[in-house]
Amino acid sequence: MKALDHSSTALYDIPGPKAERRHMLYGVLSTVLIAAVVGWILYLLFDTDQFTAAKWNPFTYKGIQELLLKGLGNTLKAFAIAAVLSLVLGAILAVGRLSDHKPVRWLATLIVEFFRAMPVLVMIFFVFVALKVQPLPALVTGLTLYNGSVLAEVFRSGVNSVERGQREAAYALGMRKTQVMSYVLGPQALRAMLPAIISQLVVALKDTSLGYLITYEEFLHAGKLIASNLDYDLPFIPVVMVISPIYIGMCMLLSWFATWVSRRQQRNPKVEAVDVAPAEPGTLLPGRQ
Amino acid sequence: MNVLTENFSTYGEGFLGTVELTVYASVLALVLGFIMASFRVAPVGSFRVFGTVWVTVLRNTPLTLLFFAVLLGLPRFGLVLPFKVFAVLALGCYTSAFICEALRSGINTVPKGQGEAARSLGMSFGQTLSQVILPQAFRSVIPPVGSNLIALAKNSAIAGAFSVTELLGTYRTLNELGYSIIWTFVWIAVGYLIITLTISALFNVLEKRWGVAR
Repeated sequence: MKALDHSSTALYDIPGPKAERRHMLYGVLSTVLIAAVVGWILYLLFDTDQFTAAKWNPFTYKGIQELLLKGLGNTLKAFAIAAVLSLVLGAILAVGRLSDHKPVRWLATLIVEFFRAMPVLVMIFFVFVALKVQPLPALVTGLTLYNGSVLAEVFRSGVNSVERGQREAAYALGMRKTQVMSYVLGPQALRAMLPAIISQLVVALKDTSLGYLITYEEFLHAGKLIASNLDYDLPFIPVVMVISPIYIGMCMLLSWFATWVSRRQQRNPKVEAVDVAPAEPGTLLPGRQ
Repeated sequence: MNVLTENFSTYGEGFLGTVELTVYASVLALVLGFIMASFRVAPVGSFRVFGTVWVTVLRNTPLTLLFFAVLLGLPRFGLVLPFKVFAVLALGCYTSAFICEALRSGINTVPKGQGEAARSLGMSFGQTLSQVILPQAFRSVIPPVGSNLIALAKNSAIAGAFSVTELLGTYRTLNELGYSIIWTFVWIAVGYLIITLTISALFNVLEKRWGVAR
């Protein structure tokens, strides 16, 4: 019965009764082991007094709750601005890379390859330290440059993956290049690449936490403020236990949305002429598409 | 230009710090990723659940949050190690989730018939795995693993902000010494380009030698 999940891999035969019993035994043993590890971690948490009222008390105060909510709001604000701007930048760079003029194409390629090969944090620090701007614009600039470059590649590969006949038919009807791009190739590419685009936005959402390192008052920063407060007995672990599920939950929601869109698009007759990109974390290798 | 020549030792230290972080974390990520990938394709349900949870949680965790929790949190349980070790742990665990997915999809690209043919020739499970399936899977995972290791090298910059010696962190020292901040960053960028392009070249060679001929 379990073997059905594995019919797609070359690794195993369908298990017989003996193998099933062995797998059952392994399953029970490993479950016990995992439960023991979880129990040990819980014991450590209790042993180091992480569940005392003093450490959880701060979360009942209105000021602290407002601080956390403000941090969350700032995180979402940075994400929203960075997402919109990187979509715009990605579109511009993709147009540049698909241009018929050589210099434009080269310039766009250079920009895209450079910013994809650079750590986001270097760009953020450069803007923050060298150009002396506020934390929020610095964070948004760094995220936009990086994610915009990656998205440009996503858009470009989307346009290139539309079946050749579509482009040829459009040109044969006497459309100009702008018309072919905006009426025929663009919409199909956008639909097909939607999962990949959303996956890249997950990366942007995760990277907003880099704002913490340049003292942007985002979610993690708010957590740090609470955690280093002596009045509440330094509630570091409780803060992590509150922050992480919210952060990870937001990213998971967006990831699941990408997967859901991907599954939906694969059944959609409107994207027949192009392969729908799987919802995966974007590949980051410079010089390789 | 003189920023580099006059502070060569500072830059060198930072550069080596980044290389060291990258190498150690890569090894950890590859080992953990392999273990998790074998968990995810195991016939035992609880292994699969464990692998899936590991991958789903780590892939959706912001790396800064992970660094924050590991570097500042673990010492509170009495586990005191150098920050560098913590940084390697955080980076390695984070990247292992991505490596795991790359390896798993590599194993899934091997057609089912290959395993069936091997078994019908009388090969044991170990033989099937080592002679038939893994060699074929290895070929198709070279590019994605390469791109994940490049991402790891770039992510190691975060460690600098948690007072681990590495390339990006050198800007602080040089800034205090009053050097031109623009040039400082130019050389940092060059350093990162050297590292990422080296990994890229290495995996290009690997792919030329063993990659799938398409």
